[in-house]
Amino acid sequence: MSWKRILVCAAFAAPYVFSLSSVANARTSILNASYDVSRELYKDINPAFVAAWKAKTGETITVNQSHGGSSKQALSIIAGLEADVVTMNQASDIDALVERGGYVAADWRTRFPYDATPYTTTTVFLVRKGNPKGIRDWNDLVRPGVGVILPNPKISGNGRYTYLAAWGYALKKSKTEGAAREFVARLFANVPVVDGGGRGATTTFTQRDVGDVLVTFENEAVAIGVELGADKFDVVYPRFSVKAAAPVALVDKVVDKRGTRRLATAYLQFLFSPQGQEIIARHAFRPRNKTVLQKFAGRFPAIKTFSVERMLGGWASVQAKHFAEGAIYDQIVVNR
Amino acid sequence: MARVRASRVLPGFGLSLGFTLAYLSLLVLVPLSAVIMRAAGMSLADFWQAVSSPRVVASYRLTFGASLLAAAINTVFGFLLAWSLVRYRFPGKRIVDALVDLPFALPTAVAGISLTALYAKNGWLGQYLEAIGIKVAFTPLGVLVALIFIGLPFVVRTVQPVLEDLDTEVEEAAASLGAKRWQTVRRVVLPALLPALLTGFALAFARAVGEYGSVIFIAGNLPMISEITPLIIITKLEQYDYAGATAVASVMLAASFLLLLAINGLQGWTDRRSAKAP
Repeated sequence: MSWKRILVCAAFAAPYVFSLSSVANARTSILNASYDVSRELYKDINPAFVAAWKAKTGETITVNQSHGGSSKQALSIIAGLEADVVTMNQASDIDALVERGGYVAADWRTRFPYDATPYTTTTVFLVRKGNPKGIRDWNDLVRPGVGVILPNPKISGNGRYTYLAAWGYALKKSKTEGAAREFVARLFANVPVVDGGGRGATTTFTQRDVGDVLVTFENEAVAIGVELGADKFDVVYPRFSVKAAAPVALVDKVVDKRGTRRLATAYLQFLFSPQGQEIIARHAFRPRNKTVLQKFAGRFPAIKTFSVERMLGGWASVQAKHFAEGAIYDQIVVNR
Repeated sequence: MARVRASRVLPGFGLSLGFTLAYLSLLVLVPLSAVIMRAAGMSLADFWQAVSSPRVVASYRLTFGASLLAAAINTVFGFLLAWSLVRYRFPGKRIVDALVDLPFALPTAVAGISLTALYAKNGWLGQYLEAIGIKVAFTPLGVLVALIFIGLPFVVRTVQPVLEDLDTEVEEAAASLGAKRWQTVRRVVLPALLPALLTGFALAFARAVGEYGSVIFIAGNLPMISEITPLIIITKLEQYDYAGATAVASVMLAASFLLLLAINGLQGWTDRRSAKAP
């Protein structure tokens, strides 16, 4: 066979080879669209799952990751990002995928244990070493002269939880919404920089040296201590805070199209397995599994928390009342 | 009809005009009309509420104010830079010339992060500025700094070629006819450069109005104080408020279009004036 003929054959065969390999790809790779500060967790979860899957079925698979603000991730999926699973930090962004195009089935909460939330975290404070401003609880954040760093509640789940934690604290203490509103307004008057996401707020507080306290998720606060040295910052647990349960779901439209339902389901189930729960606990997220939680009990100080669903009537009403255009958050920041 | 055809020396007018229109439509007009159509779907009351809430109005003030100011500053200093690069010889001139283009090439997020690191209170420059009471990072001043950075090449690159064409002999002639130095600059050099300066100003301004990547890191993004309009649009999008986002976007588009039109008009006026001048 002459070189020319080989080249011609190769040129004709190439499309078939590539199309075959893309079919094979469809079955052996999945994409996980996740929120901003879960990068480190899934960097550990994914290889563990790949190994477990190989041991069980003999198949070699890959798990790809995409990270970003959780609302932005939901928007990308609506715009065509083919993510097989979503792992978010608040339920409303998965509900958006149900309402806007039926990407996720409405009963997603019942498909996995604990309302499809493999772990929880809570909103805590990170202060500079030695706590020079003496910050112990939420009412210390509204004192004049205390700079509070947090992400934008309009576009970040982390920011929304912070806002709601402050609201819940004030509501519990004063019993009236008027007082809660005034409390949150005073807190936001102490915010010198509003970042787009949790990681941005971390950078502003730790690298730019702005503010006296960073309000963020427990796992992020602990990770900062590990990454940047425990000699620079202290984690402070307020007496009362919000419970942030991280929901996961299959993107039904995508897994049916790509034929990855079985793999994607196994991936999400892995998060609830003892092995998955242990990785979760090592990343300072509070695991659901009681045995694993016991094992890591020393890392998770007891803290009283409330849930958005029970105390504030669920995400849909919270969204409409607090974060929608012209709602309470807008009114507070306009009049600051 | 025949006269029109006869008057064209170059062939291919129909083809090139057709191509131009099709190309512009596909790349510019269709996306823009999608914005207008989305916004047009709203009721007038909803539209007005979306584009006139205090927070949005504060962002227009910052975005357009800082962009105009940044473009003005760039026009002055871009002119100086272009002048030095064209009229003087100095070691390292080529390197300086290449440096001017860097803001074009650098990803805007990188620019934003480096500027923030530089001007934050623990940054190289920020620590001294803060000591004398000037805060740059996380204030509207930071927005201005970022916009000046990204707009600089526009003025330099539009003025430079015109300045190169402007013979020094013209200035010498003015001097030999008895013009004072300042008179030469004002009556001879500036009129010739004015169209290029205006173009540079318009380009720098247009770029600044739409800038997002670099500003977002240094602005601080405080509602009512340092929130730029593109951030408002993105915030609305991330809350699935497509209509509200396009409404604000269409206001921005209209305002930018009117301002650019005014600048173009000004340019035409200066052209005619200098043509009439003896």
